[in-house]
Amino acid sequence: MNNDYVVKMENITKVFGKVKALDHVEFSLKKGEVHAILGENGAGKSSLMNVLNGIYMPDEGQIEVKGQLVNINSPKIALDLGIGMLPQHYKLVDVFSAMENVAAGSRKTTPFLNKKKILDEMGKLITQLGMDINPNKKVYEMSVAEKQSLEIFKVLYRGADILILDEPTAVLTPQEIKNLFEIVKKMVATGCSVIIITHKLEEVMEISDRITIMRKGTTIQTVNKEETTPQELAGMMVGDVMELNIPYVPVERGGKCLEVKDITAVDRNKVHILDHVSFDLYAGEILGVAGIAGSGQKELCEGIAGLYHLKSGEIIFEGENIVGKNPEKISQMGISLSFVPEDRLGMGLVSSMDIIDNVLLKDYRNKKGMGISREVSRDKAEALVERLNVSTPAIENHAVSLLSGGNIQKVLLGREIELEPKLLVTAYATRGLDVGSSQIIYELLNEQKVRMKPIMYVGEDLDVLMSLCDRILVLCEGRVTGIVDPRKTTKEAIGLMMSGVRSEGEEACSIS
Amino acid sequence: MLHIVKKDVPKNREKIVVRLSAVLAALAVASIIVLVAGANPIELYIGIFQGCFGSVYRFSATIEKMVPLLVLSLGVMVAFKMRFWNIGAEGQFQMGAVGTTLVVRLLPDLPLPIMLVLMIVASFAFGAVWLMIPAFFKARFGTNETLFTLMLNYIALTLVTALQYDFWKDPAANGMPKIANLPENALLPSVSGFNLSILMAVVIILAMYYFTNRSKIGFEIAVLGESENTARYIGINVTKTIIIAALVSGGLCGIVGMMQTTGVSGALSTEITGGLGFTAIIVAWLSGLKVPFVVVNSFAFAVLLQGASYIQTAFQIPGSVAEMIQAIILFFILGSEFVLQYRFVSDKTKSEVA
Repeated sequence: MNNDYVVKMENITKVFGKVKALDHVEFSLKKGEVHAILGENGAGKSSLMNVLNGIYMPDEGQIEVKGQLVNINSPKIALDLGIGMLPQHYKLVDVFSAMENVAAGSRKTTPFLNKKKILDEMGKLITQLGMDINPNKKVYEMSVAEKQSLEIFKVLYRGADILILDEPTAVLTPQEIKNLFEIVKKMVATGCSVIIITHKLEEVMEISDRITIMRKGTTIQTVNKEETTPQELAGMMVGDVMELNIPYVPVERGGKCLEVKDITAVDRNKVHILDHVSFDLYAGEILGVAGIAGSGQKELCEGIAGLYHLKSGEIIFEGENIVGKNPEKISQMGISLSFVPEDRLGMGLVSSMDIIDNVLLKDYRNKKGMGISREVSRDKAEALVERLNVSTPAIENHAVSLLSGGNIQKVLLGREIELEPKLLVTAYATRGLDVGSSQIIYELLNEQKVRMKPIMYVGEDLDVLMSLCDRILVLCEGRVTGIVDPRKTTKEAIGLMMSGVRSEGEEACSIS
Repeated sequence: MLHIVKKDVPKNREKIVVRLSAVLAALAVASIIVLVAGANPIELYIGIFQGCFGSVYRFSATIEKMVPLLVLSLGVMVAFKMRFWNIGAEGQFQMGAVGTTLVVRLLPDLPLPIMLVLMIVASFAFGAVWLMIPAFFKARFGTNETLFTLMLNYIALTLVTALQYDFWKDPAANGMPKIANLPENALLPSVSGFNLSILMAVVIILAMYYFTNRSKIGFEIAVLGESENTARYIGINVTKTIIIAALVSGGLCGIVGMMQTTGVSGALSTEITGGLGFTAIIVAWLSGLKVPFVVVNSFAFAVLLQGASYIQTAFQIPGSVAEMIQAIILFFILGSEFVLQYRFVSDKTKSEVA
């Protein structure tokens, strides 16, 4: 019986600093199955797979591969055991052909390239799997889907029979997804086992045999596909509504401040990253934006701030269409964007500068003449540090990159609020913050709401969104799948919308 | 196995200690070479010191070497602040000298003050244009400025060669390929070896200090260099900022062309730069792109240059030995940067932690 499992992970725990990324996780993979791992962002899906692939070393727990207890401490060892992971960002040499990419770094490759032998071997595998790969095509001429097939092929060519696919469908069109699934099915038929990380329920139901649901670093359950429904999965994914100590402040909402009409944008791969998004934003409300990472939140924020090119649609602010205006104009009109990207310092703050200079970023234009003055900014920085309790040894000559994540965020958001914007767009404001710091941020936002400011809050944690926001707009693959009142809906319903199931009676509750 | 790990930001005291020991270690190693060359190292090092500060004349020679290096370093510093890798200071220097000479050839009879002003303007413009070409292509088409500025060095050099051997060749030089010396009314006035370029350099230092630390555009350049996303987010006009930075950077390097032609060499020639445009890159980088340190470091480099040329004659050692001493000191200082930023960690301790 034990031999049926090719991978068994028991009691896996991984701690980063104070955060438990994985907390006694159990996971097993049967030979010849497609096993989906389902969960929200930060549930620990990728961390778990990185442990299996030898990128992270677990702090606790043991891993059995093909019946043997193993210690995987590098991807190379993982590959020796037959475990191959498809990177989320493709690692291909653009100017090489498919064949050369396959040969590069493979241990089978001889010092002098035996092209014929490689081509023969490739041909065999290609026909076996029915892949659409032309060995002589250069990578820079390939579409995203072709690059992905090539990456899968590379891993298989190197002898992997346990394949980990990390969000493989995020960048693909529906037709390409179909092709990918065909390939996955053929791989399984030849004896491979596949782990697929995803958050799309329909795909899970289509491709997988078993499903493991993860939430906040733990495994909730592993179920057989036949024995479950998308509704049940969504429920397990998001969990029960947690009681949070985030006060919802009822405010009689004011007039319409921002009207977004049918905006559409495409990304570099020509995929619609925003697809006819429309919504209104009112004074004195916090509009939450929920969605799986990469559903278009970033582009929506940047589109409003004039930083992302919108293909079509209108954004009406103070009676004027701001689409096509440059960021400087838009920020002068009083729209403030405080976006906290994954690396936190990529936009909004300059990591090597101190707090004063970062406050100065938004101030220096106000002074007349050619020069800048740090005096005003120094006062503001001091006030900010004191008010938000930023812990920093100094506001001068101490780069913000040396501060902790929470303090960096306080500086960023504090600066934006200090500017008295007419519209506050904030994304992932509490990402990586501890409870106390998050609380301060929520209070700041509520304070602004009471002062009848319109606020757009892009968030990750559904519990927070549901307690803090007046309405929640749900995005999935760039489309609005619902705008709901969190006090009149369930977490499961929002979870379903995040996975692409449109809500019934859309907008119905927003009128009330 | 040893791993190389990045360190925390070093403290100022640590920086000073590490760099001073690097210099001392370099001198110790250089002593071996000096001994082989048949001289006493201690005497030689004292000789370097005397060569730089021993008399008013020698001191003026040191300052004369410092000024062009200083201004060039400030020039490349501005571009580097924006992460715009201007390694074309050589070419901008040459073009500045061409601009200066052109003014004299077109209007040879101007009175000195007007002549100087015109030459400054022309050299600034020539140097600035030479850098704005790659800057424009970078801003517009995203071309690589490192290669572009480097290649423009060779174009500038070829242009000067053509001028020297053909178009501007001095008919009075008995067939020697040489451009005629500048007339009296186009030479920088000087007092006991210290010429007017020192005053110009002081003005430039003050202006650049204001520019990088206190001006809006200098602030924008620094922001753009750190993060283009942030720059766009706060509404900085990226193209405009790149062009202005190029104007200042190239212009300063161009002015050096004027200082050298009118103050030191007296005529344009292919050898006028003496490789200073490349040395300036090292100076700017070692100074952490900060104006006060640029001043200090260019002085230190000038001491090395002047000391080396002095000991060649005073100690009768080959020029190559002097150059080797220079190179060893530089090598140790650059190496100490590595010690300041990284440390070694052995595999064992790491796996124990994990």
